[in-house]
Parts: sequence; structure tokens; C-alpha cells
Amino acid sequence: MDYGALLPEASLLAGGVGALLSGSFLPRHRQWAARLIAVVALLASMVTALLALGTPTTVFSGSYAVDTGTAVARLVAAGGTLLVIGLGVEELSGDRRESETYALLLLATLGVVVLAGASDLLVLVVGFLLASIPVYGLIGLDLSRLGAEAAVTTYLLGALAGIVLMLGSVVLTALGGGSTYRVLAEQLSTAPRAAVAFGVLAVLTGLLFEAGAVPLHSWVPDATQGARTTSAAFLTTVPKVGGLLAAYRLVEVVPTGVPVALLVGLLATASMVLGTFAAFAQRDLRRLLGWSTVSQVGFLLLPVAAAGRSDLALPSLAVYLLGYTVTNLSVFAVLAARPDQRTVQDARGLARQQPWAAGVLVVGLLSLVGTPPTAVFLGKLTTFTAAWDGGLAWLVVVAAAASVASLFYVLRWVSELVRPPAGTTPSPGLADRRPWATGTALGCAVGVLVVGLAAGRLLDVLSTGLVR
Amino acid sequence: MLDLVVFVPLVAAVLLAAVDVGDRAARGTWVAVTVLDLALLVGMAVAYRTPAPGALAYERRLEWIPSVGVGYHVGVDGLSLPLLLLTGVVFAGCAVYSLREQHRPRAQAALFLFLQTACLGVFAAQDLVLFFVFFDLTIVGMYFSLAGWGHGDHRRSALQFFLYTFLGSLALLVGFIGLYLAADPHTFDIPELIAAAPLQGSPVAGALVLGAVLLGLAIKTPVVPFHTWLPPAHTDAPAVGSAVLAAVMLKLGTYGFVRIAMPMLPDAWRAWAWVLVGVGIVSVLWGALVAMAQRDLKRMIAYTSVNHMGYVVLAVGAAGLVSGSDAVARGVAVTGAVTQMVSHGLITGALFLLAGVLHDRRDSYDLGSFGGLAAPAPRFAALLVVGAFASLGLPGFSGFVAEFQVLTGSIGATSWAVAAVPGILLTAALLLRAVQQLLTGPTRGLSVGFQDLRATETLPVAGLLLLALVVGVVPATLLGWITPAATSVVELVGR
Repeated sequence: MDYGALLPEASLLAGGVGALLSGSFLPRHRQWAARLIAVVALLASMVTALLALGTPTTVFSGSYAVDTGTAVARLVAAGGTLLVIGLGVEELSGDRRESETYALLLLATLGVVVLAGASDLLVLVVGFLLASIPVYGLIGLDLSRLGAEAAVTTYLLGALAGIVLMLGSVVLTALGGGSTYRVLAEQLSTAPRAAVAFGVLAVLTGLLFEAGAVPLHSWVPDATQGARTTSAAFLTTVPKVGGLLAAYRLVEVVPTGVPVALLVGLLATASMVLGTFAAFAQRDLRRLLGWSTVSQVGFLLLPVAAAGRSDLALPSLAVYLLGYTVTNLSVFAVLAARPDQRTVQDARGLARQQPWAAGVLVVGLLSLVGTPPTAVFLGKLTTFTAAWDGGLAWLVVVAAAASVASLFYVLRWVSELVRPPAGTTPSPGLADRRPWATGTALGCAVGVLVVGLAAGRLLDVLSTGLVR
Repeated sequence: MLDLVVFVPLVAAVLLAAVDVGDRAARGTWVAVTVLDLALLVGMAVAYRTPAPGALAYERRLEWIPSVGVGYHVGVDGLSLPLLLLTGVVFAGCAVYSLREQHRPRAQAALFLFLQTACLGVFAAQDLVLFFVFFDLTIVGMYFSLAGWGHGDHRRSALQFFLYTFLGSLALLVGFIGLYLAADPHTFDIPELIAAAPLQGSPVAGALVLGAVLLGLAIKTPVVPFHTWLPPAHTDAPAVGSAVLAAVMLKLGTYGFVRIAMPMLPDAWRAWAWVLVGVGIVSVLWGALVAMAQRDLKRMIAYTSVNHMGYVVLAVGAAGLVSGSDAVARGVAVTGAVTQMVSHGLITGALFLLAGVLHDRRDSYDLGSFGGLAAPAPRFAALLVVGAFASLGLPGFSGFVAEFQVLTGSIGATSWAVAAVPGILLTAALLLRAVQQLLTGPTRGLSVGFQDLRATETLPVAGLLLLALVVGVVPATLLGWITPAATSVVELVGR
């Protein structure tokens, strides 16, 4: 039993519990101590994850993989949560539920990492529960009508997804005579194809809830609009890391003969098309972003569809996840810095009032559509290449068309930014400035460009495959 | 040296965006940087010696994303040098023209310097991904120029421009990925892909990949029927935006034909050649006919761009008609196509700057509202007449050299190219009619009290037209650069 291999996960758990306990003792205005605990735990998790890089291996009888995929999840999920805490400092500071928020964020991050590392269906189920239950709490913390409604929607869909996931796990375990991926990879090739396809589809459906993709996507726009900006930023970003890496691991296990690439390709198409077209009509910026993240999952599913068929599939997924995380958080950080920006019209004239905030938004939004040389462009370039290499040229054409369509709603926002301000809207006074959120936004924007220009170098490092 | 030329404007743009230096200093910096960049380019051109076929001058190659075969690879040859110089000249002209700009001059200077880096980068790039990065950034830059400084219904035009050209650029990206995956070993490097010609012998895949690349380039060029974004974008763009869009950005599409599509996909190019010849002829005639119907000077010039770009497409299409034609004729056609890119850039850039003066003084481009402008504005009138004659292909100007070669070479390849000849007559008729309507007769309507060109307006327009004259009278230097490169493109298409 190699407990040392789980130090990054243990740091997250300790941080989550520590933040929760400290919250019981701290006075409301001194909850920064809980924030400190959370930040230290996240940093510790990232540092131990970096130190653990090396030979890929599985631990605990092959039920948990410690390999490239897990390392990506540990670093990107923890880094993303760190940025979420950074952009939420002003929103959460002194709030009644500040410490609890940090605890939920860390526990959800832990769930995401476990989900990504699971090499056994039972661990996958545990990871799913650990990743999803704190998210219901995070959404429900905002006691507004929209927040409560979104929490209920998410909970109901999540419960459904959990059951479907467990059903799929049971079917696959029964067919394979074991629940570890190592056993499944060996045994499933002799099992009836239709039954395997059903089991895989059921497990994937559960994971797609976590990632926020069609068919279980409808909680995403509601929650993004209803929850606080901090929670919205988290739940549209970090869970995707776990959901997609878990889906990738599963697809690699599926024996040839089951048309899983086609299946994932169709699900990707549905997410891209629905997410993009639904975003067209939105006036609320958060809701628009919610739908946009649904379409982004569609793009992220391209390398999943190509899993096992192209050497570039896993590296491209990792790079896209990294790029998407900084990009999405850069946009949410601007919304956190300017909570008065609710609708598309509110964005009018921002370029004159706050050139830096507008600049971050332009970089982030252009990255979302995949304009070079930003982070998501690198992701799109590599995932498109991987998908085509994996024999899915049609999916690349669909994805390119969806990218063009997504430009439409992004430009509605950008064109408001550069319009002259209507009347004399006063720019916010110094007291309303939010230095932490603004700083996080600027940092993310720089990150978008750095990832876009330099992260290509990571592809080599990432090209070692997964282990089971 | 080439890196310096490409990135100096970007550095200046970042500094101008970050540091509030004041409006005067911003305008001055813009002019100084573009002039410096142009001086560097001229220095490069003076020291340029035609490299061996397939080789490049001022080449630099650095690793960027080695695991997917993407590199920072730049270099110059006879196809790119004239266009790099053109870019330098046009941007310097725009900087001088904008010395009187009142509307957020610092932001505009930063934006155009950024755009200059993007345009120069496209012509310098020798890697498909690098090419694509700069290609897309030109779209972003032009979008903000339209959205921030346009007039009329500019937000809608800007949206349409971005959507349409972004569609083209993604088609291009799909085509590039196809080329990358077909090459063995996989690479995005342009000279390597040209040497490998990866899709030779697989006609279906080759045709599809070329189709994607052609769609991307055709939208950018633009050729009929993908030209509908161009007139509104031009009409609502600021004068310098129009000048850059017409003079430089349309060339990104046609440059892609000779740099990427023809040499990399020779089999498919030959298969598509008749389509291109047809589309070229239709663009020539359609552009001229629709231009005739315009009442708006800027729209009219925009449609003559469609007409002029049609000649380029006709020539590169004719270069693919290998069987039963003479390699010399095809070489002449391609040389003419590249010359036409330069010539159109110089002349149309000048015409759009002149059209901008109408809007600056009277907020209108309507031909019917002006009349007898020659009396109050003799300098404007003189330059407009020179520009119009240059544009219609009068001997002595660059347009004649270009169109003569295009038509000689194309007709040498296929006699069907004769169908494009009436385009010249139509263009001549419509330009002369517009000049007559604007300048002659009694001074009336919006012409009354019209202020003549200021020095900052005269200088760039006169400079561009002077260059068109120089190219027309002594084309030897320019043709000396282009001809070897064009010959090698024709050889590559014929393999």
C-alpha cells in the first residue's frame, strides 16, 4: 500500500477539512485564515504532484492510476481552484459562509482529481459522488430564488446521473468479471458488443453530467446564472477536468468493435451545436457563458473520441483543458471584478471606462472562439489534428463550423465593449475596485497568451500514455 | 533582420497601448515606426539576392511546437519581397494620412501597428501554423478598426466581416491539418510540404483539401460568389482601414494561392484549374458590371477590387492548365498575378485614401451629390484623375504591366481567357464616368466650398501613385524579383 502516492489528494482533503473546522471557530471577519488554509493546501497539492512526476504506475491493486492523466488533473484542477479563490476574494470576504465555501471548493477539487485518476469503476463512482455533492452545496449557498432553483435542478440531474453511472458500472463489471480497467480491457473484448456499448454509454452519460455536456447539460446555464460568480467560475471549469479525463480513460478500455468513437463524436456534435446555438439568444452574460461552456465540452470531447486512435489525443486533451481553464477563468474574473455587469448591454463602453478589464475580456473571449495565438487556439489546433488523425475528419469539419458560429455570440459582447458609453455612466470609484479579482483577471489573460505561445512544448512531456 | 521588420511594429503597439503618451506623441510615434520599418524593408530589398529555387533569403528557423512539427520559420523570396515592401509602404502612408486623426489617435496607432505586424507576418511566414496565426490576427485587427473607427452601419459590417472571414480562416485551418496529416513525416513547414507535395496520387483527398484551402483563400481575396462581405466593410471602414484592407489584406488570399495551394497540391490544382479560370473571369466581369451600377464612390472602388483580384485568380488558374500550353506563357501569367497584387495595392490604397477625404469633408461618398470638384479642389482632382487612369490600366502605370502580363499569359494558356478582356473596357468606362461626375461641370452640391487636400493627405496619396508610376515605367527590378519565383511555382504545378 503506497499511501505516499496519494499525497496531493491527501493535501486537498486535509485542506478541506481544515477550512471547515477553522470556520467553526473563526469570527466572521477573520475567515481569511480559512482562505489561507485552502490556498496552502492547494499549493501543497500542486507541489507534491510535481514532485511525484515520474514513472507512471497504478496503486492500490490497480484501482488508481498515478500517470500523466492524473498529474494533469492534479495540477490543472488545483491550479484552477486557486484562481477561483483569487477571483472570489472580494465576493466571499466576510461572508457568512466563506469558510464553508473554501471547504466545498477543496472537497469538490479532490473529487475531480479522484475521478480523473480512477482506474476502477468503483473508485470512479466514489469520485463522481465526491465531485458532484459539494457542487450542489456551492450552488445552493446563494440563497436567491435563481440560486435555489439551480441547486435543485443540479441535484436532481446529478442524482439521475449518479444512478445511470452506477448502472453502467454494474453492467460493465458483470460483463468483465472485475471492475478494474486492467481486467475490463482484457475481458470485454469477448463480451457481447451491445451490452458493452450500453454499459459504456451509461457510464459516459454520468461523466457527461460532471463535464456539463449534452444530454445532462441543462443544469449548467441555470447554475452559472444563479450561483455566485465564484461558484459559477468553479463549476464551469474544474469539474470538466475530471469528467473528461475519466471519459478518456474509459474510452481507451473499450474493445475495438464497439463504435465508441462514433458515439462520442455524436455526443460532441450535440454539445457543440446545442451550446453554440443556445448561447445566441442569451442576454444575461453568465447564462451566455454557461451555454458557451456546454459547447466547449463538445470540443473537448474530440480527443476523447480519438482516444487510442491517435498519439496526439491525450496531449491535446491536456493542453486544451489547461488552455480552457485559464481562458474561462479570465472571463469570469472580469465578471467577479465587475459584478454590475449582468447583461450584454451592461458591457457597453467598458473599453473606455476600464481599458484593462476590457482588454482581458477581449483576450479571453477571442481565446474561447480559438483565435491564435491564444490558449484555446492551441487546444483546437491539436484536438482537431488528433481527431482527424483518429479517423474523424467529419467531426473536425463540424467543430470548425461550430467555432465560426460561436464567434457570433462572442462578438455581440465584444462589440458592446468598444461602443462609446451610453450617457454618463460613472466609472466605479476606488472603493468599488476589486484588486484581487482584477489581478486574477490580468494574470489569467497573461496566462492565456503564455499557454497559447509556449504550452506546445508540453506536448512532448504529455505524450506518455495512460496506465491501467 | 526579418524578425526585426515583423516585430518592431508590435513592440511599438504594445508600448503605445500601455503608456499614455498623449495624442500628438502617439501620432508621431506611429509615423516614425512605420518609416523606420519601411527603411529596414528597403535595406533588405537592396541587399536581396534571388535565392536558389526552393531556398529563401533572410531565413530563420526556430523550434516552437516540435512534437507537432510547428516551427517559427520565416524567410523571403521573390513572391513575398514585393508584398512585404507594399505592406511597409501602405502602412507608412496610412500613418502620415492619420496625422490629423482626432478620434482616439493613440488607440488607433497601436491597433494599426499591431495590424502591420500581422500582415508582414503572413508574408514572411514559412510555416502553415505561423501563417495561420498571423492570418487570423489580421482579421481581429481589421475588426477592431471597423468597430472602433467606422461610420454608418459599421457594427453590422464589422460583424459580417469577422464572421465571413473567420469562416474562411477555419476552412483554411482544416485544409492545413489535412496537409499536415498527409505528409510523412507530419509537418507544417511550408518548404518541406512543397518538396513533399503530400497528396500527389490521392485525387479525392487532394481535391477536398484543396477545396478547403481554396474556400479560405477565396473568401479572403474575395472572388465571386464569396465577395459580399467586401463592399459593406469598405463603405463603413475609416479611410486608412479601407486602404489597408484593399491594399494589403486582399493580397493575403491571393498570396496564399501562389505560396501554398499551387506548389503543395499540384495535381489537385490542375484538376481545379478550369474552375479557377471560370471564377476568375466571372469575378472580372461581375465586379466591373456591379461597380458600374454603384452610386457610392467607395462601394464602386470596392467592386473594382473584385474585378482586379479576378485577374489574379484567372492567371493562377491558367497556370494550372498544363497540358497543351507553354510553360513560358504560364510563367508570364503568374508573374503578372504577383505584379497585379502590388499594383492593385498601390493604386487602390491611394483611391481609398482619396475617397476618405470626401467623407472627412462632407460625410458622404455619393457620386451624385458632388460635381465640379476640380475648381475648389485642384490637387484632389489631379490625384483622382491619375489614380483612375492608373486603375484602368493606362500604359505607364503598374496596372498596365500587370494586366498585360496576366492576359498575355492566360490567353497563351487558354483562349477562353479572352472573355476577361471586356472587363478592362468596363472598368475604364466606369472610372472615367465617376471622375467626370465628381470633377467636371459647374461646382454644385456638396462640392461648394470643398477644402482641397492638406499636405498630410497629399503626401501618402501622391507617394503611392508615384510608386505605381515607377513600377509602370521601370518594372525591371520588380519583375527581376518576381519572375524566378513565378517560374519555379509554374514548374512545381507542372510536376
